[in-house]
This record gives sequence, C-alpha cells and structure tokens, in this order.
Amino acid sequence: MDQILGNISLLFEFPIVNLKIVVDGLMIGALFALAAYGLALVWGVMNVKNLAQGDFVIAGGYVAWYLAKLGVPPLLGVPAAFILMWGLGWVIYKTVISRVIERDLFTSLLATFGLAIMMAQIMNLLFGSDTQSIQLQYDTLYFFDGFVDVPIAKLLGVTMAAALAAGVIYFMKTSRMGQAIRATAQDARAARVLGIDTEKVYSFTFSLNAAICGAAGAIIVMVWVIQPFYGITYSIRSFVIVTAAGLGNLPGVIAAGLGIGAAEQYGAHIFGIGYQQAIAVLLLLLVLVYRLIQQRRLRQSLK
Amino acid sequence: MKKTIFYVLLLIFITAAPFMFPAFRTQLATLWLMIVVSMTWDMTGGQMGYNSLGNIFFYGTGMYVAAIICIGLVHDVGIYNDASRSEIMKFTDTQYFVGAIVGIIGAGIFCAITAVIIGYVTFGLRGPYFAIGTLGVAIAAGELVANWEWVGGGQGIALPVYPGDLDNGKLFFYFLFAVSGVVLFIFLKWLYGTRFGAAVNAIRDDEEKAEAMGIHTLRYKLTMWALAAFFVGIVGGISAFQLIHFEPLETAYQTINLGIFMVVCVLLGGKGTLWGPIVGAILFHVIKEVTWNYLLGWQWVALGALIVVTVVYFQDGLMGWLMHKKPEWFGVRIEKKESVGEAS
Repeated sequence: MDQILGNISLLFEFPIVNLKIVVDGLMIGALFALAAYGLALVWGVMNVKNLAQGDFVIAGGYVAWYLAKLGVPPLLGVPAAFILMWGLGWVIYKTVISRVIERDLFTSLLATFGLAIMMAQIMNLLFGSDTQSIQLQYDTLYFFDGFVDVPIAKLLGVTMAAALAAGVIYFMKTSRMGQAIRATAQDARAARVLGIDTEKVYSFTFSLNAAICGAAGAIIVMVWVIQPFYGITYSIRSFVIVTAAGLGNLPGVIAAGLGIGAAEQYGAHIFGIGYQQAIAVLLLLLVLVYRLIQQRRLRQSLK
Repeated sequence: MKKTIFYVLLLIFITAAPFMFPAFRTQLATLWLMIVVSMTWDMTGGQMGYNSLGNIFFYGTGMYVAAIICIGLVHDVGIYNDASRSEIMKFTDTQYFVGAIVGIIGAGIFCAITAVIIGYVTFGLRGPYFAIGTLGVAIAAGELVANWEWVGGGQGIALPVYPGDLDNGKLFFYFLFAVSGVVLFIFLKWLYGTRFGAAVNAIRDDEEKAEAMGIHTLRYKLTMWALAAFFVGIVGGISAFQLIHFEPLETAYQTINLGIFMVVCVLLGGKGTLWGPIVGAILFHVIKEVTWNYLLGWQWVALGALIVVTVVYFQDGLMGWLMHKKPEWFGVRIEKKESVGEAS
C-alpha cells in the first residue's frame, strides 16, 4: 500500500514522468488499436468473435523473428508476416470459420478459443517458451534531460502501424472490395441479392484480419517481446477496445486503443508490473459494466 | 422397476469401483471431479442458455477458501503461507478432518454467495459478452490471487498431507467426490422436473418472452448460478485437499485446462440433457487418459483440435445425436408426417 501511494506521489512530484508514461502508452496503444481494428472488421462483417486474435499477433511476431534469425533485414519481416498470415488466415477461414458463421455466437467463440489454444501450443513446440525479440541497431532519442526516452525503433514501429492503418482505411473506403465488405457488414442478405459474393467477402475479410494482426505482431517483436502464451492478453485487449468503442466506429477504435495503452502503463506504474495482465482484464470488466449501465438505462441488455 | 434396478446396480458399481480397480483410485476421483464440473456447467450453459467460460473461478475460489478455513482454524494464515517460514506447523488428525469438512462446506457456501454478487453484474450480459465477461472474471481472479502474499502469492498453498495410510486417503477423496457427484445428480434429476427447471428452460428459449410471462428472470438466473457455484466450490475444496499443494494460475484458476474441459465434456455428451454431461465427461476423460501420454507435448494441440472439431461438426453431442436417431428411447413419440399435417 505504501508503495502504491509512493508511486502515485511520484507522478505529482515529477510531472514529466506522466509524459513518459503517456508516450509509452500511446506507442503500444497504436498496436493494440491495429489488432482491435481487425477484430472489429471480422466482428462487424461476419459476426464472428475471434478469440484467436492475439495468437495471430504472436504468430506474425514469430514469422518476423524467424526470418530475422535467418538473416533477413528485420523491416522486411513486416510485409512477410502480412503475406504469410494472410495465407494462414485463409486456411483457417476455409477449414473452421466458414462453418461457424451461420451458427450461434457461442459456437464461434468456442471454436476460436480452441484455435487459440492450438496455435499457442504449436508455437510453443516450434519456438520454445522463452520470450523473444529482435534487437534493432538504432539510437534512442532523449527529451527533457533524459526523462523521456523514445527509441527510434519504437518510433519506426508506430509509424509503420499508422501507415498500415491508413492503407487499410484507404482500401476500405475506395476499392471495390472494400465497398463490398462494407455492404456485407450492413446487410449480408441484401448484398447477396445485389450480386456480391459474400463467401468471397468473408474469406477476404478474415484473411485481411489475420494479415493485419500478423503485421502488428511483426512490429511488436521489434520493439517489445513476444512469447507463445502472450496471445490471450492481446485478444482480451482487442475485446476491450472493440467493446468500448462499438462496432464500425473507426476513430473510436483508435482512440480506445491509445487510451487503453496509456491506462495500462499507468496501472503498471502504480501497482507494479506483476499486475499488468490483471489490469488488462479488469479494464475489460470495467468497460463491460459501463456499457451495461448505459444499456440498462435504455432497458436493453448487451448482446 | 427396471429403472430402480438400474440405479441400484449403478450405485453398487460406484461403491465397488475403487476396490475393483485399486490402481486407478486417483483417476476415478478425477473422473468424478470432471463429472461434477460438467454437470454444473450444464446447469447454466445447457439448461439456462448462459454459456460461461469462467466457472473455473468457483473451482479456484473453492480451493482457496477451503484451504484458508482449514489453516485458519488452527494457525495464522499469513505466517503459514510465508515462504520464508522456518518453524514446522503441524495438524493433528482431528484438526485435519474437522478443517477439511468445515473448509469444503464453507467453500461451497462462499462460492454460492460470490456467484450471486458476480452474477448480479454479469447476468446483464448476454451470449458472447457473458462468456467473455466470466472468462475475464476468472483470469483476473487468478492474476490477483497470484499477487496476494497473504494466501501464498504465486507459490500457492501447501496443505497438510492426509494423516494415516495413503491408500485410505485415496479412498477418502474418491468417496468425497463420488458423494458430491451422486448428490448433485439426484438433486438435478429432481430440479429439472420442477417448475423451477421449466422456468430456467424458458429463460434459455426466449428470455424476453419469459420475462413477459411474469418470470422474474434475474432471480432465477442468480439462484441457478449460485447452486452451480455451490457444487463447484465443494469439489474445488475437495481437490485442494487431494492435491495437497496448489498454486493460482496452473492449478486453481486453470482457465484453459479444467475451465475449458468442462465445456468440451458437455458439448461431447450433449448440452441440456441430464446424462449428456456425465457421458461426455467419461468419454473425454477416457480419451484424454489413453492418448495424453503418447502425444508428448502435442496433447494441448490435440485438445484444441478436439474443441474445434466438437464445436464445428458435433455440437449436439452424443445424447443429442441419440435423441435424433432414437427418439423413442427418450420417451419422445414422433408422429407420422400425415398426422402432423392434420394436427396443424
């Protein structure tokens, strides 16, 4: 308890520490937002709640890490993870997801939970259970007498995440496929009547989601660490973000992603790093309860 | 008459099983554990339509509450769980048995109360949100307990060993599990036939309509969940004494082991039936024990694959499949097509 109070008073004594926490939080939050955007896409278009989201992120990270070990320049790992995870997403869609779309929601949730367990274990067997990361040979920028340190690698990662997000948004807004995806999300039956091949849209959306997650993972492995069993945390964070922001609310997803990144950093600073996972989960519960109170006012329930 | 003979034979077999297969006593006890948790999961998941992924929360909480009560009756819990403690803290035989029984019952009661408190919040959530919300509760509880030094932190609690002969200990735990399983079965067989059971099924089929019919849904949901939690807490408490040592993340709040096993068992056997969870648990436990040792690290992959295959291809489960194929076994009479047409 004293330690917690000490940590809080530190924030007031040295306001600059706040800035460091916020900067760190926003940088990691950008990557959460990326994974959450993929989830919102799949959720909105085909109504599948993908609990394997975080494991796609970690799998993408391992693709980049393995390539870097083979001597490929680390920055190339991001597009490589994007392409490979696209393929994996397509395979998973064809074998599992396409069969659960029309079923009730718990089916998709449980099927993807099974997938998550499988993927985490396969990665554990292939790469071992140690934490892994790629060391990039870049400098670190210091601001405010060294209180705020921003490694160029992290800056690069955030820039890539932003570029990827911008690319996906541009694609969704302008391309024919993007239009078809948005039409399917609005009303799948109407889209089918109007000649949109919804099956193709579904497989495309799910593959795109896996690819976005993979790229996010490839960025994460360069700036933080990955481990086969970290997936569930990323899945939960994605759920927090999408539940908080609501579906089809892109600015909301980005804002919630950045906010949760910052909130987690504050929590870790105040309560200690051991609580980081608990904080991510408790945030989920807080968001659910908040949404619940909102809905109750309208005499509705959260479904 | 036939049914009475069947149940009597079954009861004799349950009593005789540990003596017939003395080498498998622990295995049989674990089987009972699986049966009980599967049946309790089916109480909300199958009968009420609320698919929880967090029922393991009550298992873990039951373990901790039972252990803390047993220790707390005799010693100071904080000192007992201190990792750097050097003195030996002993339990006499009476202290052990009184502690165990009081602890196990206390665990059940505590879990039922927590279920009401948690349920008051989570039952506003429907469908997948309920599943994710309860999963969140279980994960958060595990993480918080792992950071709580008073109950041993990440190292968990080491309980005293069963006093006396170890073989007798195995029998003791087998019968504790078996009795809770049999009591639960009789209770559920009665409960599903009452008005209460019908109301709970109405909630599953259409909650809005049930509420419009004047069923106070929240009260029913809370009662059902508290009953389920009571039994999970009891078997959790028994497990704590059977395992002797347990720690928060892998044994007590084991979200992906037992927490997901119970769902798979119910789906394998058939959701929403009385015998489905039991058949599923036996099937799953046998498959698991036979194949696990030969898979060498791939067992978790196999488990994930089993979940995916069950959910995608075999969701009605064994009982659902049987009901579809042989409806007359379940007392369901399907009339010929023509007469159905006339009736409607």
